[in-house]
Amino acid sequence: MERCRLVFSGSGGQGVITAAILLAEAAVLEEGLNAVQTQAYGAAARGGATRSDVIVSEEEIYFPKVNEPNVLVCLTQEAYNKFYPIIRPGGMLLTDPRYVKIERKVDARQWELEMFRTVMERIGKPIVFNICMLGAVLGLTDLLKPESILKVLERRMPAAFLDMNRQALEIGLELARAA
Amino acid sequence: MKPNIKFLQGNEACVEGALYAGLRFFAGYPITPSTEIAETLSARLPRIGGKFIQMEDEIASMCAIIGASLTGNKVMTATSGPGFSLKQEALGYAVMAEIPCVVVNVQRGGPSTGNPTHVAQGDVMQARWGTHGDHAIVTLTASNHQDVFAMTVEAFNIAETFRTPVILLFDEVVGHMREKLVIPEPGDIPLVERLRTSVPGGVDYHPYLPREDGRLPMSDFGGVHRYNVTGLFHDMWGFPSDNPGVVHGLLRHLVDKIENNVDQLARYKEFYLDDAEVVLVSYGSSARSALHVVRNRRARGEKLGLLELQTLWPFPAGIVRAKCARARSVVVVEMNTGQIMREVKAAVEAPEKVFLANRIDCSLITPTDIRNILRLIQGRGV
Repeated sequence: MERCRLVFSGSGGQGVITAAILLAEAAVLEEGLNAVQTQAYGAAARGGATRSDVIVSEEEIYFPKVNEPNVLVCLTQEAYNKFYPIIRPGGMLLTDPRYVKIERKVDARQWELEMFRTVMERIGKPIVFNICMLGAVLGLTDLLKPESILKVLERRMPAAFLDMNRQALEIGLELARAA
Repeated sequence: MKPNIKFLQGNEACVEGALYAGLRFFAGYPITPSTEIAETLSARLPRIGGKFIQMEDEIASMCAIIGASLTGNKVMTATSGPGFSLKQEALGYAVMAEIPCVVVNVQRGGPSTGNPTHVAQGDVMQARWGTHGDHAIVTLTASNHQDVFAMTVEAFNIAETFRTPVILLFDEVVGHMREKLVIPEPGDIPLVERLRTSVPGGVDYHPYLPREDGRLPMSDFGGVHRYNVTGLFHDMWGFPSDNPGVVHGLLRHLVDKIENNVDQLARYKEFYLDDAEVVLVSYGSSARSALHVVRNRRARGEKLGLLELQTLWPFPAGIVRAKCARARSVVVVEMNTGQIMREVKAAVEAPEKVFLANRIDCSLITPTDIRNILRLIQGRGV
């Protein structure tokens, strides 16, 4: 598999770091790949621009940060404004129109998916927005099998929350398929 | 047997290594970016009959692990720069009283409270000379989680073997990064257990009387022997002494037990050094960027190699000199103003061929940063 570099960005509390961890953990523990996940955040527990980098590869990974992501996800306008210039030409940009107004064309496939609205309509809990985003990323990239993410969710989530997360992942995959 | 594979943070890899080595007592005062060490141990230690105490501050934490070690436990504390500064006085006490303990410093930007959530490697010299007075110290580091685990186990083994504090000097990138760790089976890595005295209760025990091999067997404090422990220069009973012969003998012993074993304490890795014309010397997360450059440049036929230091103190000068002997240039890659570069310059025969590739803005040094320095010293410009 070609090495894939992803950057998930947004605001503290949206769960972008959690989504990055789930993705990287699934790559390593469920699919036997190598993955490294790092994050950059300020001293505040909520708010502020948050970014998490993931590299997935069959080879050893040394430098753990992502310079030019193949996949860039921006879940706030601030994150979009800050990070859209770093996307690798020919890469993929995923945003949600509820939070991000696309201001210019970049040399990348741009996907604006109504992830937040669909999650709120069908589940009603904003807490799984990040899992829906993860589903959309998997649907758009075929990077990992969705079952791998499900296995990680099963291990990490209390049973009471599992269904909601499974549903959110499925919504993301659906939105990607329809896009 | 199915290998025990985990996907976790470097701080958690340190915890896994410490528990593997037999850690039974942790006292700490959580601080970014080391917090996950305390957090994880607060859950794990009680389950195996160990003790976790969140103390009122870093000074008390250091003192608590010293006391707990004396009673016969393997002990550790974890902190970052500001807390490491506070621990220095008690660290010196552990050096003087020869108390095995492991002190983790996950480095962040400094001086002072600096940059809590970002990376730096500015505490290398503080690890060496942070506590006052002439002394020797052991400091280990690592660039990936498998090595964080291995070096943590080594730290406990060295602490017990040499009756000394050992500093684990990690950094924010390694501490917070998540990657794979394969936990070795019990017995895969040998463990050094406390050397205890064979002197029975009721018979005089001399806590600071070395055996013929120079090692000092310990007696669990509060057990069958009464003895004195002090930060003052002391005689073989542990009682204060200002006798010049005693003072000289003890200081010589404290320094020699470490400095005479530089080679035994040296841990390092080498990549493509056999025919390297340019040798990168690096450690911690900087070594990941250095290795990235070396692998890429080798694929293009450039004769570049990496010496990754895992023991920083005592500085393995002889090994550095030998590994760099045939290099046209040596580039030290680190995130400070040249703390290890100065040691490398002092170690090699031609210090003028030693250069620094660094970054001091609390961002991880990148392969591009290193490549630019290589081009500059080759006279090719960036």
